[in-house]
Amino acid sequence: MATTTKARTSSFSRNPLAGPTSQVPGLKPGPNGAVFLSSGIPDLDRILGGGFSLGSLIMVMEDPEAPHHMLLLRNFMAQGLIHNQPLLYASPSKDPKGFLGTLPNPMSPKEDRPRDHGTDQDKDLRIAWQYKKYARENQQGYDIRDSKLEYCNNFDLRKPLERQHFGGKHIDCVSTQALTLDVIHQRCSTFLAQSSRSGSSISCGGRIAIQSFCAPQCGYSDKDWDMLAFIKSLKGMVRASNAVAIVTFPHSLLSSSFSKRWQHLADTLLSVKAIPDEDKELAQLLTGYQEMVGFLSIHKVARINTQVPVVLEASTFSIKLHKRRSLVLECLNQAPIDGSSGASYGTSSSCSASTKQGSLDF
Amino acid sequence: MEGRSSNLLDEALGIFNESSSSSSSSLPSGSCVLIEDSVETSGAFVIHHILKRTLSPHSSSSAAVVFVSLSHPFSHYDRILRKLGCNLASHRENGRFFFFDMLMLGCTDQSMGNLHNGVLIELYGKIQKVVEDIISSGGNSKCITIILDDFSLIEVAAKGSFNHSFDFLRYCYTLTSEGCSLVILNHEDIYFGEESSTPILQMEYLANILIKAEPLATGLATDVHGQLTILNKGMHDKTRSSTNKVQNFHFKLKENGVECFFPGTRA
Repeated sequence: MATTTKARTSSFSRNPLAGPTSQVPGLKPGPNGAVFLSSGIPDLDRILGGGFSLGSLIMVMEDPEAPHHMLLLRNFMAQGLIHNQPLLYASPSKDPKGFLGTLPNPMSPKEDRPRDHGTDQDKDLRIAWQYKKYARENQQGYDIRDSKLEYCNNFDLRKPLERQHFGGKHIDCVSTQALTLDVIHQRCSTFLAQSSRSGSSISCGGRIAIQSFCAPQCGYSDKDWDMLAFIKSLKGMVRASNAVAIVTFPHSLLSSSFSKRWQHLADTLLSVKAIPDEDKELAQLLTGYQEMVGFLSIHKVARINTQVPVVLEASTFSIKLHKRRSLVLECLNQAPIDGSSGASYGTSSSCSASTKQGSLDF
Repeated sequence: MEGRSSNLLDEALGIFNESSSSSSSSLPSGSCVLIEDSVETSGAFVIHHILKRTLSPHSSSSAAVVFVSLSHPFSHYDRILRKLGCNLASHRENGRFFFFDMLMLGCTDQSMGNLHNGVLIELYGKIQKVVEDIISSGGNSKCITIILDDFSLIEVAAKGSFNHSFDFLRYCYTLTSEGCSLVILNHEDIYFGEESSTPILQMEYLANILIKAEPLATGLATDVHGQLTILNKGMHDKTRSSTNKVQNFHFKLKENGVECFFPGTRA
């Protein structure tokens, strides 16, 4: 941190981090000296401008009724294992190791881009109000497919991750149920110590995934301030290291004031929401409703080394399971509605799909 | 617009950037600025702006900044300020910029801070010592700005004890009587609801310039990043005719500065 900048006094100097990172698989240099690490979901990487930046704390607000945050965690962890990055997984379940068995496997290169098929089929029929969706798919510039190890894989949620990816590297599983915060803190700091930013070389990014941090089965769930202190210090530690931490929490269990404090601590703040099975109104309103499993909202994108906020084209995306196996995020496409039925939604939804900011009030 | 060196934000803060020797481009001494923001809109840019103004070559070379950071490491501010045209690293070497990296305040490795009360006293001791050193080295002409980023994390370090954290703040506030000015960042939305709004009200009472950074009511936009409401309660300083002035304008953040404009005055 401070040691790297001490020597430099002139305004223009070579960034020592810029060079070596490009060779490390699974890491990608970004603007403002940030280094990105893939979230395991190609669409999320694209939306966030490259992925999660190293040293940032990502918080995910869970849906109280559905385990959609697990989808994000699974892809995040599986991507890390494929890139041979060390992993620390903490979960309130009794057997956190068992969760590793549910991680998805990357698709074989042949069937890698399933969505290309889909667009080929209805290529002749393109409707103007969905043009954004197509314009995007044509310019997938960031896809580094020729390199052997991809920056971001497409995962097949139906196939478990192959055994070969588990071997040899550092995987640490912690059950938060029995442990105190001090012990978890200790585990995190020893984990991060091995991936600390030593000098100018970035070895490889580490990943910390903490699931349902303030769940009631944890012994510390009533100690609001201790949990905040833990997150604060986790943030500090991660910032000084070469890792990314993702923490999911059921925000409805916290008081509104504490929930806000948690949200302020996050560098990148996401929330997931399930959609009810049989919501007729919603089905009418949105196209592709059958494939949708939920919504992902992006409240805050990490601003490391910059003061300019990232303004996304939309903040709410639909989570879709394409062909029941790959996770896809899409801009919400509202079906054209006729005046009579759409009257109640007229205020919140403008006609153009591109400008809406996803303030979906459900 | 581009040619003007001071903008709406400077005017509202009482920073005057004319070349006249009497006025410096730092905050009026003795002032206490409270910046309130929310999850949606970060108010950190106001801190960057004040930093830039205070350390700019136009301001008197005696101006110094004591920066207590709980949210970001030095490299973060260094990079941002570099893009704003201010080299923190060299200012640090020249003794004009003092940085306290307090990211791990209140959480030592072994026990997560059983000495929560002590850390704040210790921190204040450090600040006071630095301030005294600056004053003794440069005489009374020194104007010192103490920046606290951000207060809600002080509360976390104090394990939720508002009394401890507010005591810390009041101690810092006493330094304003020695000519320092105090800039505090805090999050407004934390204190909404319940009976928890007392802390922010007390802080608002303490401050004489109140800055609120809010998102636009109409949603996100690429040209306008939010709006600022600035309440200047006015100093006892009679030379400036600013008594309880409220200003409201929009802002757009850029890498090299902040653009402030009145609503609707930009295409």
